[in-house]
Amino acid sequence: MSRRQSLIALAVLALFALVPPVAGYLDQPYLSYFFTRIMIFAIAAVSLDLILGFGGMVSFGHAVYLGVGAYTVGILSHHGIDSGFVQFPLAVLTSGLAALVIGAISIRTSGVYFIMITLAFAQMLYFLGVSLEQYGGDDGMAINRSEFVEPIDFWDELQFYYVVLATLALFVYLCHRIVHSRFGMALQGTRSNLRRMEAIGFPTYRYRLAGFTIAGVMCGIAGALLANWSEFVSPAYMHWTRSGEIMIMVILGGIGTLVGPLLGAAGFLLLEEYLPDLMDLAVPGWGQHWMVLFGPVLILVVLFGRGGLYALLTGSRRQ
Amino acid sequence: MSGPALEIQGLYKSFGALRATDGLDLQVERGELHAVIGPNGAGKTTLIAQLSGELAPDAGRIRFEGRDITRMTAHRRSALGLARSFQITSVFMNFSALDNVALAVQAHDGHSFRFWGKARAERRLRQPALALLQRVGLAERAEVPAARLSHGEHRQLEIAMALATRPSLLLLDEPMAGMGPEESGRMVELLRELKAEHTVVLIEHDMDVVFELADRITVLVYGRAIATGSREEIRANAEVRQAYLGDEQAGG
Amino acid sequence: MDPILLLEQALNGLQFGVTLFLIAAGLTLVFGIMDLVNLAHGSLVMVGAYFAATLIGWTGSFALGLLLALPATFAVGLVVEIVVLRTLYQRDHLDQVLATFGLILFFNELVRILWGPVSLYSGLPDYLSGHVEIIPGAPYPVFRLLIIAVGLGVAASLYLIVARTRLGMLIRAGASNREMASALGVDIRLLFTLVFALGATFAGLAGMMLGPLTSVEPGMGEPLLILAFVVIIIGGIGSIRGAFVASLLAGLLDTIGRVFLPLLLRAFLDHAAADTAGPALAQVLIYVLMAGVLIVRPQGLFPARGG
Repeated sequence: MSRRQSLIALAVLALFALVPPVAGYLDQPYLSYFFTRIMIFAIAAVSLDLILGFGGMVSFGHAVYLGVGAYTVGILSHHGIDSGFVQFPLAVLTSGLAALVIGAISIRTSGVYFIMITLAFAQMLYFLGVSLEQYGGDDGMAINRSEFVEPIDFWDELQFYYVVLATLALFVYLCHRIVHSRFGMALQGTRSNLRRMEAIGFPTYRYRLAGFTIAGVMCGIAGALLANWSEFVSPAYMHWTRSGEIMIMVILGGIGTLVGPLLGAAGFLLLEEYLPDLMDLAVPGWGQHWMVLFGPVLILVVLFGRGGLYALLTGSRRQ
Repeated sequence: MSGPALEIQGLYKSFGALRATDGLDLQVERGELHAVIGPNGAGKTTLIAQLSGELAPDAGRIRFEGRDITRMTAHRRSALGLARSFQITSVFMNFSALDNVALAVQAHDGHSFRFWGKARAERRLRQPALALLQRVGLAERAEVPAARLSHGEHRQLEIAMALATRPSLLLLDEPMAGMGPEESGRMVELLRELKAEHTVVLIEHDMDVVFELADRITVLVYGRAIATGSREEIRANAEVRQAYLGDEQAGG
Repeated sequence: MDPILLLEQALNGLQFGVTLFLIAAGLTLVFGIMDLVNLAHGSLVMVGAYFAATLIGWTGSFALGLLLALPATFAVGLVVEIVVLRTLYQRDHLDQVLATFGLILFFNELVRILWGPVSLYSGLPDYLSGHVEIIPGAPYPVFRLLIIAVGLGVAASLYLIVARTRLGMLIRAGASNREMASALGVDIRLLFTLVFALGATFAGLAGMMLGPLTSVEPGMGEPLLILAFVVIIIGGIGSIRGAFVASLLAGLLDTIGRVFLPLLLRAFLDHAAADTAGPALAQVLIYVLMAGVLIVRPQGLFPARGG
């Protein structure tokens, strides 16, 4: 990570850290609550950036791991197991397993087939979630937050906020190290020129699968946190449009920068939250139709704005 | 250890009705530079693809140092000591020249399930990579992103990457393609050096280069070898002349 | 196992299958020839359904409304191709996916603005609302039979066009080797535009047929879109024949699965759970088939591309 990247990452994290005190000062507790959601999706977006921006794997079913992580917590909670010490490690296991299986099959393909098959798997698991009547089915179900030991209390919004922030910071750092390691080099090579990688002697399948699984686990943890945040699990977490949104966050923020996803998650969710109100100011009653503006904006960003918000901030262009 | 470095027996490959490789037999001896020439459409690229493991033949056998590699994946062949360079530059455009070669070095330095240490700081990878860049004449351009290298430098990089995998056999697919006279001269010298240390299979269009470097030449026409022999034998061969050299002299 | 029930469900499966084919045909052509991943194809299904419902309401005639909705959808297809898709052909798949995803968001919202979020009424005229005893003892809806007829008709004409006409030859050439076709002097841009608009019309037709059966609402196209992608992967990208076979397979799997899976599940779960899980899991079957095909024969059942 270049100096500039590190600085921006620290700046963003520092800004996140300042939100609760600012929210308290403005007497707007909802702000903290809202930014927790931003950070959770930032984790999901960073995990996607790892395999998308660095591994070149266009996984259009990434939200599936949000669902797997969330449902692990949810199902355990439903059966009375509220201990975070059981739920979170299990969420790691389930999302890792899901990623391993989905990846093992999907990575045999490439290009559009890969996109479609990851999308299809997401649909499969979505329908599975819908079919689980006892866990709420289509409507989802309410759950309790995870229980830990004494000083840690997930019901304390402030504490929960900083736990999520710490997790985000940790994951960004971990991804940074991974990307620059030998493994990361190999992964980036597969994105740049898969054919050449095989020719120089890399068994690319195993490295891509490993990267895919790591990203799945990270996203699974984000899912577990999401379940805690909303005290609710629903198959909607796994819907393919959700995967699309995470991908939008990565592109909007700046693909392949690790920092971009943070900007993108914040940007997207802030837009989703406040653009309707802004539009209502301009043209009353039209706020609910914000998507009619956002759709074309997205198209324009894709066509002309490669580099996303990160490039806007740094004036650089991605290779 | 005796026996040929590469043995191709009865190789067939068809694309629909097109027979790209039509019963090819070829033997490459250890330590020699064996040139494969032929007019366009002779099936040279298809041959290289089958030798490197990118394309599976319909029938026939390929043996590398006595070992049957016909169904082996490309990366396995690389591990065994078979390296190739690409006719159309195929490097890692977003990496620097040094990164490119270091990655090739990394491929043969154990597994890459190392998630923590910074790869760019590893002398174990950088030193051999730099040495190779020096060898091919790219040392000053080590930190330049591959996308910004000139065409000739790309060709040099191709060779460096092939060498980084510590091969015993080099498959060079038109290494001089698109090079100017000065660059070509340097490349020929490099190839001469490499000839002494590796077995080389050279696909090349430039006849001067072929006749200067090749120990033996095989002429490929419509997917089969119509002649194999020394420079003199090939030059004298009437069939070859008719099929190929005649056109070459006319076209230069 | 009631054979009449089985026959009925088979017909339903056939009906669903040909509807899927209408959607998949355009998709596989666009994908095969232009190498374009178009997520917004489902939006064209929706557009067709909305046009039909509205025009039927205005003209008071089902047939007229449908006939007018077809060129209207064709026009929308033209506009989309010219304004948005042309810039995407040179881009990588990721860009195409994202940009067409943006199109979905746009279209869904546009439809909400113009027609409101509540689903539209799309009724059938009397002469199509009845039943016919095509299976002795089991009256079957006339409209569904019409859909089957229309679908098979389109499939047959598509086959004739592709196999027998010059346009079809161009399409086949383009599908198997775009560069070659272009080098041979085919006006690629015009071909692309026509193919896309044609595919859009078929998708719209599917929407028009579905409207009276399901509901005309924003986002109605997306579930079908994903299914259509699965179908063309199974059938082989670029292959109309493959799309046809795979669509029918998918239709039958889905319909028969919906009916029989709950029965199967009742052996393991209680009735209520089985009846909810059954249909949901039936939809999973087609994905399992896709995964299987991708493992065993990644180019699909009838690959159009050579080599």
